[in-house]
Amino acid sequence: MTAAVTTINGNISGAWYLGLAAVLFSIGALGVLVRKNVLVMFMCIELMLNAANLTFVTFANMLHDIGGQVLVFFVLVVAAAEVVVGLGIVVAIFRRRANATADDLHLMKG
Amino acid sequence: MDRLLVGASAATLHTPHIDYLSILPVLIMLGGAVLLVTVSSLVRPVLKVGAGTAVASATSVAALVAALFQWHEVSVHGARVTVAGAVAYDGFSVFVQMVVAIAMLLTALIGDGYLRREGVEGPEFHVLAMLSASGAMLMGSANDLIVIFLGLEILSIALYVLAAFNHKRAESGEAALKYFVLGGFSSAVFVYGIALVYGATGSTNLPQIADYLANNVVASNGVLLAGIALLLVGFGFKVAAVPFHMWSPDVYQGSPSPVTGFMAAIAKAGAFAALLRVFVSSFSTVRADWQPIVWGLAILSLVVGAVVALAQRDVKRMMAYSSINHAGFILLGVQAATDRGVAASLYYLFTYMFLVIGTFGVITVLARDGDTGHQIGDYRGLARRQPVLALAFATLLLAQAGAPFTTGFLAKFEVLSAAADAHSYALAVIAMLSAAVAAFFYLRLAVVMFSPVGPVGDRSGAEPLGAGSAAGSPSGVPHGSPEPAGTAPATGAAPGDEPGGSGAALALLTDGPPSEEVASRRVRVPLLTTASIGLCVAFTVVFGIIPAPIVDFANHATLLFK
Repeated sequence: MTAAVTTINGNISGAWYLGLAAVLFSIGALGVLVRKNVLVMFMCIELMLNAANLTFVTFANMLHDIGGQVLVFFVLVVAAAEVVVGLGIVVAIFRRRANATADDLHLMKG
Repeated sequence: MDRLLVGASAATLHTPHIDYLSILPVLIMLGGAVLLVTVSSLVRPVLKVGAGTAVASATSVAALVAALFQWHEVSVHGARVTVAGAVAYDGFSVFVQMVVAIAMLLTALIGDGYLRREGVEGPEFHVLAMLSASGAMLMGSANDLIVIFLGLEILSIALYVLAAFNHKRAESGEAALKYFVLGGFSSAVFVYGIALVYGATGSTNLPQIADYLANNVVASNGVLLAGIALLLVGFGFKVAAVPFHMWSPDVYQGSPSPVTGFMAAIAKAGAFAALLRVFVSSFSTVRADWQPIVWGLAILSLVVGAVVALAQRDVKRMMAYSSINHAGFILLGVQAATDRGVAASLYYLFTYMFLVIGTFGVITVLARDGDTGHQIGDYRGLARRQPVLALAFATLLLAQAGAPFTTGFLAKFEVLSAAADAHSYALAVIAMLSAAVAAFFYLRLAVVMFSPVGPVGDRSGAEPLGAGSAAGSPSGVPHGSPEPAGTAPATGAAPGDEPGGSGAALALLTDGPPSEEVASRRVRVPLLTTASIGLCVAFTVVFGIIPAPIVDFANHATLLFK
């Protein structure tokens, strides 16, 4: 497998970066699933997106392809747009409540 | 100075050639939204709802006309890629753009009446809906994973806001937040999947991925498979396939009713179009790896959607599970991964769009102020109060159940035969069984509409039951279909039974008697909503009886490369 052998900056293998990204992604995914504060859940989603960005950059470096780095900008823009809308929704809902936990959202069940 | 000029010319950007015709419907939809929001921010008094409706309808019609022109152009000059290979211009993409444009038109008309009733001023509803529609169109024509991601986000972000649109209802905000958190989660999973596929194949361009997979042995096969799995999870969330469906019942129930119909139609159209293009054309060489997963998703969606819907008391929630069941059917065509499967899925998406928007159109007008009153019991005696509306609703429900002489039957028939062609016999059998189970809850709602209003078990209530169902049966239930035959004994036997017995049987079907206020309520159906629901019913019945044009249409909507 050539990918794992290719090095970045001469000494650190790209596999480490990919591993770090995978760990960050897992932490983010776990956070969305277990945390109750909605704002923390947003931050976890951001963590997942940035793990994907790190993966893009690492692969772009390994493949010597600038395209992968360009994709990061698209993801960044989308993440920013998503947060704008998400925080708007949170403010609209939690304006009249004391705390922003997901447990408060229990009007609908079934 | 010379050096500077040389430097400048060396740094000249080579912009890709853009064939503007190929993205014309997307541009029209986007342009309509931008125009409307700009004008509304410049004029002093808040724009009336009617202005938004007019612009949105005109934009949708213009996009539809552009797509029809494209259809002709593609059939004459052939399919091709444009914008540096990022956008495909083929029958498939044009078909999806037509579906989305029609969905936008129907929703603009239904939304008009809803906004007036709820007292929401301003054009934002239509602006957001048009933006969302442009995202779905982009997903249909995207030829690059990152363009699919962009389309997905344009579609989703506008839908998050639309879900929260009715700020007077607490459920609306709750639905939006749930949709947002799980939608953001699925987007992140999707984009990580893109990153892994990019790492394994060296490109995000769909034809290049297909070329690479066809001509090379993938060194990091695990990375590729993980990427494909994550892409499937992302798509699974967007189309609400089990086990990624948790958000959909709450979001469908909480969102404003016209938004729910729109969401169900275009999110499915856009996401399934992208799913088909990615998996059937790019990952066709590794189909042995992903077909079993799609097989599992399809079975789970079919069974869970049909069975859990039986237990629902809220009609919008029931329709959410019904939509999950429909997603299972469309996955049948994806799993087949053949030309026939693609055509069948497209046909299903096209017909389902009319069914679900029409259904939620009726649900919209029947709701009380504040978009409440969606319990099954609230639909009792509808046939007495508003026979035409009840008939239209019954037709749409029966079509969703797959009754013959409707497009719903043909859609199910097409995907089932595509699955049988691909030798997925077990899947086809389970799909048919799930359709039979699903028929029960559609018919339960139809029976409730055609049953009388009054205290359950009361003689005066039981007496008109036979009359009501007898009057409803010939018109609302087409004879010759297996599903209606199953209910005929139940309603037919009622007058002969002891009144209390039939009342008890009916009580099982309904949610108890509606309040006095509901029983005497006649809703006023706005003209534009009538037109929209009428279009949906007319399409469903006319092209159910004369299926050839639409089936041919879907068969010619082929992918650029396979």
